[in-house]
Amino acid sequence: MDRFVFLTFDGLSRGAVYAAFALALVLIWRGARIVNFAQGAMAIATVYAAYSVTSATGSYWLGFGAALLCGLALGVVVERGVMRFVGHTSPLNAVIVALGLVLVIQAVLGMVYGNEFRPSEAPFSRTAFTVGGLAFLSRYDVFVFAAVVALMVGLGLLFTRTPVGLRLRAAAFAPEVSRLLGVNVAGMRTLAWALASAVGALAAMLVVPTGLGIHPTSMDLVFVTAFTAAVVGGLDSPLGAVAGGLAVGLVLSYVSGYAGAEMTPVAVLLLLLAVLLVRPSGLFSGVAARRV
Amino acid sequence: MTADSLLEVRGLVAGYGAAPVLKEVDLTVPRGAITAVLGANGAGKTTLLRTLSGLLKPTAGRIVFDGTDLRGAKVEHLVRRGLAHVPQGRGVVAELTVDENLRLGGLWRGDAAGLRRDVAEAYETFPALARRRKHSGHQLSGGERQMLALARALVGRPRLLLLDEPSLGLAPRVTAQIMALLLRLREATGLTVLLVEQNVRGALSIADDGVVMSLGRVAVTASADRLRDDAALRHAYLGF
Amino acid sequence: MNTLVRNVALTVAAAVALLALTYGLTPFRNYQLATAAAYLCATAGLTILTGLSGQLSLGHGALMATGAYPVALAQNEFRDRDITGGWVLPVSLAIGVATALVAGLVVGLAAARLRGPYLAGVTLAVAVIVPALTTAFDSVFNGDQGLSVYIEPPPLSLGYSFPNERWQAWIALTGALLTMLLLANLVRSRFGRHFRAVRDDEIAARLAGINVARTQVLAFVVSAACAGLGGGLLAVLAQSVSPGAFSLTLSLFLVMAVVIGGLGRLAGAVWGALLLVLLPEASHSLTEALSLSPAAAQRLDGNLPLAIFGITLITVMLLAPGGIQGLLARVAGMVGAKRAKQHTPGR
Repeated sequence: MDRFVFLTFDGLSRGAVYAAFALALVLIWRGARIVNFAQGAMAIATVYAAYSVTSATGSYWLGFGAALLCGLALGVVVERGVMRFVGHTSPLNAVIVALGLVLVIQAVLGMVYGNEFRPSEAPFSRTAFTVGGLAFLSRYDVFVFAAVVALMVGLGLLFTRTPVGLRLRAAAFAPEVSRLLGVNVAGMRTLAWALASAVGALAAMLVVPTGLGIHPTSMDLVFVTAFTAAVVGGLDSPLGAVAGGLAVGLVLSYVSGYAGAEMTPVAVLLLLLAVLLVRPSGLFSGVAARRV
Repeated sequence: MTADSLLEVRGLVAGYGAAPVLKEVDLTVPRGAITAVLGANGAGKTTLLRTLSGLLKPTAGRIVFDGTDLRGAKVEHLVRRGLAHVPQGRGVVAELTVDENLRLGGLWRGDAAGLRRDVAEAYETFPALARRRKHSGHQLSGGERQMLALARALVGRPRLLLLDEPSLGLAPRVTAQIMALLLRLREATGLTVLLVEQNVRGALSIADDGVVMSLGRVAVTASADRLRDDAALRHAYLGF
Repeated sequence: MNTLVRNVALTVAAAVALLALTYGLTPFRNYQLATAAAYLCATAGLTILTGLSGQLSLGHGALMATGAYPVALAQNEFRDRDITGGWVLPVSLAIGVATALVAGLVVGLAAARLRGPYLAGVTLAVAVIVPALTTAFDSVFNGDQGLSVYIEPPPLSLGYSFPNERWQAWIALTGALLTMLLLANLVRSRFGRHFRAVRDDEIAARLAGINVARTQVLAFVVSAACAGLGGGLLAVLAQSVSPGAFSLTLSLFLVMAVVIGGLGRLAGAVWGALLLVLLPEASHSLTEALSLSPAAAQRLDGNLPLAIFGITLITVMLLAPGGIQGLLARVAGMVGAKRAKQHTPGR
């Protein structure tokens, strides 16, 4: 029973990270109808940037901030420099271009930093608190939760209470009409990419210290897992992304605890296949919104 | 360019592929008047409006709005100059609420207080919308959506309103209400309207002038009175 | 029947030409030729799947692994039981192909109803996760270290000094030629027409009585079997298998190869396979030319091909979705049209 409790909390903590990353994917999907297959590679690049800054300054938090800024910048560069020019003749075009980006980013990281795994230190203790003999969360887990909750609240407020948020949503839902109303739709698209990329950077910074290590390919499996989470929740639904992330985190934690850590990738694959075969539109998708 | 024309179009050529849809269109929209654009399906009426608002780039010709050549102007900047386009199908953003749609119409001004006032005014002019302010776009009826699209355009305080088939899919009673509303607006604010309509009678009942398009060109330009009263003209160009 | 005869004749002609070629090449080049032939099995299968049938697979590197590992296990098992003979290798390869076929069936069944990013996501998951299986089932697959593959030397009937590389080239080329023959016939057959029909307009195809799901699955199964053969051949050439050799990077390289070579065209698959072999060599020469410290050189050498592949992929996709072969086809089309115009009477 205590194991179950521990695994549940651990799963929620992992799930929070997948939720954040899935949110980044949903942001771009809603804004540009593209699944950003380069999201993982972009995120690990920001982690390397943080690593460099932290090594140079000795401050974890400066590195953390650098990762987020780098995320914003990278989102702008990728959207303005590459994704803007992708032809719309086939949805595969954007996917393949994103994969090309993955190769380039991972190659550049390998050339600059080398392909060895670098260890990553968590800023807080990762040993779990015990309450009455029951181990449940560590300081680091609390930090992860706090960060992700802050992120969701922040994004929620941005999108629903600010003029920029209204513009972002309008540009995503109805680009042509929005232009007629004076919204700079192209600019909003770039902003969406920048935000999504920063969110991905945050998720990566949160997950890499949990034993993943820093390597150009560290985020590949996280991307696949977060994609699974986004699909579980429905690609169109930010709330679904969060719920999907938590659900996937829990499932993986139980699998890891009861069947062994090496079985988690298999669990992800089976889960993805199961969701796509049974309910491909996700658990939280409503009727597709029509433009009227 | 006469002093009282708000919009002048000369030799406009535009299209979507190899063959142009608009083949040298000439058009003048007098200030403070309602001008109806009529014609059969495929005549190029919608294409004309889309070219005027910049969604479609013309291959030739000039568009002069209140003395300024609109060549090279970006779509999103036109609303600042006072040109509003309510597209075919209304373009209400279904995923946003009525309130959000209205605010969207005036965000470009960057004046939060002014926007609040104008949105409040919109609710006064359209009480039906006030009752539905927190409802999202897809919960509205066709007539309500048309009102919302119109109200949203007006929040931006346009000088020229391009309206594409507002009566489409609406019951006759609702259409009459919309037409009456346009007339009142013209009286009260001097709003200039370019109205594309399939509903010829409804359009001519409020229009001052009419432009009949056929196969990408302007076939006839006449006052609405003449188009209504001259049977020969009506038969030849309007089919009744 | 005409098509079959023509394709067989072409295959035989190609076989003769390639045979002669292997006598003229250095051992290193023969090895490269063999590697290209192994890749060709996979690129040919993938280009049919993605170009002809319209299903993007980001997981063909993993499917190559599902052909390679069984070959490794079979060859080692035969050796452990002291079983030898010329038939051993073909049987091992057949086992590899069969395994890959089953894997392709599983993925294909799952993927048949998926489109766009969902299909890409599932195949990406396969690419990332299947190599991880080698660690999950450590006892059989030996995790990251992989397995060595026992391969018998060339038969004595060919002579004592018959170079191993030429033998390897013969094995790989046989596999590649058989694959190309099969696929060429498939493309021209009723199935090929079904693939194209479903790709172009699924609803119309369904209305015409084509079983869409079955068609999609068939395409997957065939391309997986081809990839499996390619993987098995790679295992034979490298005499080892490891998860690192069949990583996501390989899957992406295969996609790049078919995109650049020209989607849906078998000739394009040939270009792609050659690119996969020659580009790393060119990049290596470039690294050598810049005299760097050994550590820096190693970093560059490992990663430069990836960077070049990635940039090439992006550039080609942004400029010419038909790829090299598409460009060539277009040029040929233009030339043909010009000639036709000149000959049209009364102009």
